[in-house]
Amino acid sequence: MNAPTTDAALRIADLNIQFGALHVVRGISLTVARGQTHGLVGESGCGKSVSALSVMGLLPRGARRTGGAIAFGGTDLARQSERQMARLRGDRIAMIFQEPMTSLNPAYTIGSQMIEVLRRHRGTGRAEAAEAAAAMLARVGVTAPDLRLGQFPHQLSGGLRQRVMIAMALLCSPELLIADEPTTALDVTVQAQILRLLADLKRDFGLAVLLITHDLGIVARVADHVSVMYAGEIVEQAPVASLFAAPSHPYTRGLLASIPVPGKVRRGGVLGSIPGMVPRIAAGFAGCAFRDRCAHAMPACAADVPVRQAASGHSYRCRLVPGWTQAA
Amino acid sequence: MRARRLPLYLGALIVGAAALIALFGPLLAPHDPFVQNLGHRFIPPMWMKGGSAAHILGTDQLGRDYLSRLILGARISMLIGLSTIILSGTIGTALGVLGGYFGGPVDAAVMFIVSCRLAIPVILVALTVVSLVGSSLTVVVLTIGLLLWERFAVVSRAATRQVCALDYIAAAWAAGCSRSRIILREVLPNIVHHLIVIATVDMAIAILLEAALSFLGLGVPPPLPSWGLMIAEGKDYMFFKPWVIEIPGIALLILVLGINLLGDGLRDALGAQTER
Amino acid sequence: MLRYAARSALLAFLVCLTVLVASFALTRVSGNLAINIAGPEATPQTIARIQHQLGLDRPLPVQFFDWADRAAHGDLGESFLFHEKVSHLIATHFPVTFTLGMLGIAIAVAVAIPLGILAALNEGSGIDVAVGFVALAGQAVPSFWLGLLLIIWFGVDLHWLPIAGAATWKGYILPAFVLSFVAIPVMLRMTRGGMVDAMRADYVRTARAKGLSRGSIVLKHAFRNAAMPVVAVSAVQLGFILGGSVVVEVVFNVRGVGYLAWESIGKGDFPVVQAVVLLFAIIFVVLTLLSDLIGAALDPRLRGG
Repeated sequence: MNAPTTDAALRIADLNIQFGALHVVRGISLTVARGQTHGLVGESGCGKSVSALSVMGLLPRGARRTGGAIAFGGTDLARQSERQMARLRGDRIAMIFQEPMTSLNPAYTIGSQMIEVLRRHRGTGRAEAAEAAAAMLARVGVTAPDLRLGQFPHQLSGGLRQRVMIAMALLCSPELLIADEPTTALDVTVQAQILRLLADLKRDFGLAVLLITHDLGIVARVADHVSVMYAGEIVEQAPVASLFAAPSHPYTRGLLASIPVPGKVRRGGVLGSIPGMVPRIAAGFAGCAFRDRCAHAMPACAADVPVRQAASGHSYRCRLVPGWTQAA
Repeated sequence: MRARRLPLYLGALIVGAAALIALFGPLLAPHDPFVQNLGHRFIPPMWMKGGSAAHILGTDQLGRDYLSRLILGARISMLIGLSTIILSGTIGTALGVLGGYFGGPVDAAVMFIVSCRLAIPVILVALTVVSLVGSSLTVVVLTIGLLLWERFAVVSRAATRQVCALDYIAAAWAAGCSRSRIILREVLPNIVHHLIVIATVDMAIAILLEAALSFLGLGVPPPLPSWGLMIAEGKDYMFFKPWVIEIPGIALLILVLGINLLGDGLRDALGAQTER
Repeated sequence: MLRYAARSALLAFLVCLTVLVASFALTRVSGNLAINIAGPEATPQTIARIQHQLGLDRPLPVQFFDWADRAAHGDLGESFLFHEKVSHLIATHFPVTFTLGMLGIAIAVAVAIPLGILAALNEGSGIDVAVGFVALAGQAVPSFWLGLLLIIWFGVDLHWLPIAGAATWKGYILPAFVLSFVAIPVMLRMTRGGMVDAMRADYVRTARAKGLSRGSIVLKHAFRNAAMPVVAVSAVQLGFILGGSVVVEVVFNVRGVGYLAWESIGKGDFPVVQAVVLLFAIIFVVLTLLSDLIGAALDPRLRGG
């Protein structure tokens, strides 16, 4: 499903995750290239966050990986022990989360929480680590960094906390940053700032970024490649420009149609929406998961669905042939 | 899952058995618990050397049948427990609901009263009262019942405040219901499940408190066979005949444990219901 | 913060005052005092004389203010039976009770916290159930009975510890252990609950994502947050432990304030009883205030930054 790249920071192949009897991730594959941002987009419950947690080895209780390989820097993360993963986390792979308000420990200062990362992975002395932390805070746009080091999380705003999280994630210069809905909980203006920050850092640090989001707008702004996920599967995968130029899967088209763009929909016209709800997939499910909500479904959709190529590097999983949108 | 309900079933079983024993036991007891038989002192329980089937649990220092005394003691403990629930429950719930419903100075007064009650060492006060008024079953029941209401007050107050923040209370008020009607018809039924759980906690504490008072000689007076009193009476002989204190102690342990299990089980069962 | 502290202190004072008035009324109202002192053979004239001697025939409010006035100057009156100053009696007996109490809470913390953490980390497993059962059983055991059993096992059968009294440090072990049972179940449950919540918190997920060691995650991150309410509540639990000292001291024949109070009640020596009740009330109120302060000190969010 992905174009072969030699410069891959992360390559997920056929990842499967189950939550009890529910099959929440059903064989997804994607590649995050060095210095590139790969956006994994889909609505709540499609399995994107769980996939990200699985890369880090941080699956919640009750969830288990049932198949697939996660290639990172020459090792298969799916086969690493907890201790080995702990050495990688915070050092070569870092993750930031959606809720900056609760993701920092309220009992310790910002400085303490940042310094412990350096001490853990680099064995840095306290004073040196404090300097590095202050420098990184400044780098992510936090004013008065020395003051902030001594402050507690509750004294900072949401936007500031998220910057702190980003700074903390970058302290050991990781090769891969996983960002799970980093701006969803923030105000719109702060969102823009954080996104711009991420773009700058990616450029300066040569980071590979796996960005999880439900917002196609964000994807359009910062991603280089996109994977659209639905009910545990990747239904469309493409370079960003190609996806927006020629969205081929009915779900992707539905998502795009439902974004309100000033001027696009006539006054009094209907904003596109996708009827129905995301299904929960149990084991043994076959065919396209979107068929119950798809306007173009046919009986053949209940059986195996082929992967089609819409353009170079742009694939989608559907019965409809490439270019069907012109005919429709 | 069945296994998770185990505490509830086990607790209910124990408490139910205790209730049955309390109600019907004395009718079925093999001997009169007050009859002394100095020729048959300290017969050990049936399973020990020297025991006999005539006295399954043996006899005490005055030759009284232990099993019969134990059974009557169950009635005393259950009586104490239930009367405390009723008395403390009424006082505490009234205070808590009034404070939680009216808020403001009423609530402040209620909290102050609760604080005063918490500051008092209960055992000392109970001992003092009994020594002043004279020890009898009635005095013990009343004293304990009038002292152990703080849990009811605290929990019912918190629950009332929660309930009062909900919309249907405001709706009832807007519909013209009187205050007392709201309290009785809307508030109370919705805090009852909290009160049931607290009732078990209080019951356990009351039973242990009575046992302690009786042990210290200022509780249920002899010859009534309160389990605490039986332990006190057996204390002088415990080095040579440990069963005289072991048996009533185990009885207390099982009963209170059963009550606690029941309380825990009820909390899980009722709590789950409210969350649904 | 200061205003809150001042208000709390005022409330605490009022509570103590109320308890004092109540206990005063309780002990005076019965009118048994003079009879008790005079003895069973006394004539009505003797009783009346004693009543007058002790000022017991004056109106109650007068008695109260007189007592309060003297108490404010440190004079808590004289014990009817010991013919000593009450304040002296309390001063000599209190250190024993205090030591027992502190030892008891120390044991409770040493037992409850590790077990609570253990149960939380093994949530839902057999260990968790077993620990929960221990907590439940601990609550159900009558303290005086446990004391007697321990005396039999350790004092007689094993000859390890003394049977009665607190002449040496060994005499403190068993009573302190029994006292700890008052606090262990509550603190165990709080620790377990707090740890379960903390381990599920977002900040623990962040700590794991940073690749920190398991020990650091559990103890430095999770426990620090779970411990806050537990430590705060331990002050209040100490208050309850002291309340339970009456029974335990009697069982172990340890001459602390609890034992003193029991003796005094039995003999109708009410100045002593009143003083002990007041003492316990003051201690409890102070400990509650302390508990609030500890809670605020431990939680940066409450310090008002």
